[in-house]
Amino acid sequence: MARVEAEVGKRPEGVLGGLVKWIDDRFPMTETLKYHVTEYYASKNFNWWFVFGVLAFVVLAMQLVTGIFLTMNYKPMAAEAFASVEYIMRDVEWGWLIRYLHSTGASFFFIVVYLHMFRAMLYGSYKKPRELIWLIGMMIFFVLMAEGFAGYLLPWGQMSYWGAQVIISLFGAIPVIGDTLVEYIRGDYSISDITLNRFFALHVIVLPLALIGLVFVHIVALHEVGSSNPDGIEIKNNKDANGKPIDGIAFHPYHTSKDLVAIIVFLMIFFAVVFFAPDMGGMFLEHANFEPANMTATPEHIAPIWYYTPYYAILRAVPDKLWGFILFGLSVLLPVFLPWLDRCRVRSIRYRGWMYKTALTVFVITFVTLGWLGLQPATGTYVLLARIFSVLYFAFFLLMPYYTSKDKTKPVPERVVYHG
Amino acid sequence: MTEDDVDRIDRNRRHFLTVATVVTGVVGAGFAAIPFLASLKPSARAQALGAPVEVPLGSIEPGEMVRVLWRGRLVFVLRRDEDMLARLPETISELRDPNSEVIDQQPDYAANDTRSVRPEWLIVEGSCTHLGCAPLEDFEPRLVEGWGGGFFCPCHGSKFDLAGRVYKGVPAPTNLRVPPHRFVRDDLILIGQDTGAA
Repeated sequence: MARVEAEVGKRPEGVLGGLVKWIDDRFPMTETLKYHVTEYYASKNFNWWFVFGVLAFVVLAMQLVTGIFLTMNYKPMAAEAFASVEYIMRDVEWGWLIRYLHSTGASFFFIVVYLHMFRAMLYGSYKKPRELIWLIGMMIFFVLMAEGFAGYLLPWGQMSYWGAQVIISLFGAIPVIGDTLVEYIRGDYSISDITLNRFFALHVIVLPLALIGLVFVHIVALHEVGSSNPDGIEIKNNKDANGKPIDGIAFHPYHTSKDLVAIIVFLMIFFAVVFFAPDMGGMFLEHANFEPANMTATPEHIAPIWYYTPYYAILRAVPDKLWGFILFGLSVLLPVFLPWLDRCRVRSIRYRGWMYKTALTVFVITFVTLGWLGLQPATGTYVLLARIFSVLYFAFFLLMPYYTSKDKTKPVPERVVYHG
Repeated sequence: MTEDDVDRIDRNRRHFLTVATVVTGVVGAGFAAIPFLASLKPSARAQALGAPVEVPLGSIEPGEMVRVLWRGRLVFVLRRDEDMLARLPETISELRDPNSEVIDQQPDYAANDTRSVRPEWLIVEGSCTHLGCAPLEDFEPRLVEGWGGGFFCPCHGSKFDLAGRVYKGVPAPTNLRVPPHRFVRDDLILIGQDTGAA
């Protein structure tokens, strides 16, 4: 932190200035603010793809606040959970809003995070020296998946119960330890009150703590190496006389004011969903979940919530339990290795050749199609399609070292450029 | 610390102490973890609630099935009629494990052609061996499709015959599990316990 040269004389005068100095002598407040905010230089040619990190932060904050308020009325007991959610929806003042903010927030968290990850793939943000940022980011993604999963059990609806049944049973596919592991996860011989109780603990304590910790190190790692940019060049290579990157501008007030526009647009869309389509036609809150959990009957058609469906489609495409589990796990894990699978010398899609552009386009289509297939019943044509797209999904990652090293690239500029 | 002092550091001793401290710490942490891990297992109450359940059979007509819960798990109790029993051998070529060779899936006394103690009574867990959904009953045979009637899992399309035996080419790897059970009387079974005469 000491790398940031303190600018003498910029401190506010008077009592406030005295207070700031008093704190600064005991805690690196001004120094930290400068390092991370007012003198953190990020490229001035950021486009809109670069707002999703900030948006994810906003959603996280919102989930924490709404989540805390939900726990004040929710009861993590099999006998009362479903009714307590209905109680929040009907009897608690504004309870419906807090609950819909939280449930809609979960889906928007994933929308924003998926777009944030896609940005990294567009502009090679995960490439050296930002591999660790990517790895921490993937850990955040895994914790987020676990968080969403644990949270989905809490309303104790039909889909909560049977979705958890399917996903927990997945671990039973692991040879030798599988059955015991499943018993340890559930804490019972079936999903019960005990399971609900511990999923509540995971959802409101363990996983949010992990999430906050990981987000913190994600940002520290980012600020150590500096943000990437749409040209995929290092702005630190061109510095002015004061040692500031010529192509960079301070995060605050410049990037923050632009991010504020993004936040407002985002909230407009977000609230439109909260107010007019909180269940999003069964996508954000599945219809079967408006019925209390019933251990004796699986709903006719069960599908996980939309953000897991691409991986779920891969799971279902495999006609074997163990291999289904392995390929499912692999499909979730493979993006971790992107920094090393990608052998291309340039980062940004702007200067990459047709091969990567084609591969990435096919991948996006594949991912969305798998997501859609995961929502459909597992019959005939759907299964066949899921198999074809599963192969494409794995091909994107496994063939990446080949096509990224063969790809013809365009020359990369020295300085950042603007596209109108 | 002078250079002389640095020279006099016994590095072997220091290394030994470091390793010994780390090993002791790790072993201690391992032991300390046991209560926490063990607390995740089914508790005494959960085990007590997992006690056997009695199912009276008197009111179940031939061809009829009832669903009961044992340890929170769904169990199907199906009274197979003559037709159903006669159909069992017809689809044997379509099955993955027609002779109940996977031993974990049933007690010895149910490892037979009908997977039951008494041919008429099928007692299986209503939990698909793929990912645990509850299969739906579909007892109408459609022999042209190679379907002799049985159970169909709505989640991932696994199929089982009227003895809970899994079809080939579906994601479920094994037959439906037969829980331990015994006949207390002709019209009463106990699910979850099989000590004594089966």
